[in-house]
Amino acid sequence: MKLFLKFDFNTVSKKILESKFNGLNLEYKIIGFGEVELLKKIKPEEYLALNDSLNDYGIEIVESQKGILVQKIKDTIIDMVFNEDIIVNVKSSVYLSEKLGHSYGYLSNLFSEITYSSIENFMIIQKIEYSKQLLLNSELNLTEIAFKLNYSSVAHLSTQFKNTTGITPSAFQRIILKRRDIAQQKAN
Amino acid sequence: MQTDYIHIILADDDEDDILFFTDAFDELKINTKVNTFKDGEELMDYLNDDQSRMPNVLFLDLNMPKKTGIECLKEIKASHKMSEIAIAIYSTSASEEDIEKTFVLGANIYIKKPGDFKKLKKLLSEVVSINWQYHTNGLNKDNFLLSL
Repeated sequence: MKLFLKFDFNTVSKKILESKFNGLNLEYKIIGFGEVELLKKIKPEEYLALNDSLNDYGIEIVESQKGILVQKIKDTIIDMVFNEDIIVNVKSSVYLSEKLGHSYGYLSNLFSEITYSSIENFMIIQKIEYSKQLLLNSELNLTEIAFKLNYSSVAHLSTQFKNTTGITPSAFQRIILKRRDIAQQKAN
Repeated sequence: MQTDYIHIILADDDEDDILFFTDAFDELKINTKVNTFKDGEELMDYLNDDQSRMPNVLFLDLNMPKKTGIECLKEIKASHKMSEIAIAIYSTSASEEDIEKTFVLGANIYIKKPGDFKKLKKLLSEVVSINWQYHTNGLNKDNFLLSL
C-alpha cells in the first residue's frame, strides 16, 4: 500500500528548528519563516554544532548579507503564494519593496545577480508549483485553482502552465497519475 | 549540503553532440561540472559504482549503443540511490505519445532536438537554469516535468 501525503512546510520547518535549537540548549525566538533570533551570544563551537545538525535536514545558515536578502525575497514570495492568510491588495512589486524596505529596482537587480533568474520568474515558478500540488492533492479543479491563485482567468493559468512546463495542466495530471498507478502495481 | 555548481552527466555516442553540449554548458553563468559517457553501459557502470558522485542532472540520448536511453531510464528509476537525479531525455522524435511515455517512465525533461545549434544551445541553458531553481529552492522533484 502506498500513502500520499500533503505537507504543511511551515509547520514541518518550525518543528525541526524547535527540536534542533532545544537539543543544543540555545535560547532563541523563531521570528518567521526562515528567520531565527538567538537571544544569547553563541559560542563558535555551538555555531558549528548547530550548523551541522541543521545540515542533516538540508537546512543551511545563510551567511552573506546579499544572500540573506535574496533568501528574504524568496521567503516573502513563497509566503505570498502559499499562505492563504496573506491578502495582497497592492502589486507584488510594491508589496515586496514595502515589506523588505528596499526599492524594487534594487531587489530585482540583486536577485538576478545572485540567482541567475528574475523575481518575476521565481514568482511564476512558485505559483505553478503550487498549482501542481493542488492539481494532484486537492479536489479543486483548474478554474478553482486559478481563482485561488489570483489569476484573472483559467485561460491565463493554463497558458502560463504550458509556457513554464511545456505541457498542459491536464497532461501533467495524467502523467503523474499514471506514474502513481505503475508504482502502486509494483508495490502490490 | 548545497554546492555552488551543478554536476551534469551527458550520455551520448555522437562526438559532435558531446562537443557541442559541453560548449553550451561552458557559456552558462551557472558553474557546471560535466562528465560524459559514450554508451548506456558505460553510464550505468558509473552510476552503479558506490564511489561515484550522483549528478544533479543527466542528459540521456535515446539512441545509444549497448543500452538505449529508455533502458537506462528504467534502471535509474528502479534504483533508490539514483532517485534524486533529474533526467533530461533528448530525441529527434516530437510525437506527443513518445513524450508522454517517457515522462510516465520517470523522465523530468524532454528535449526535442532542434535542427540548428543556436536553438539547442538556448534550450540547454534553459534546462540548466530551471534545474538550478529546483536544486537551490528545494522544489518537489516528483512534480518536475518540462517539455521543450
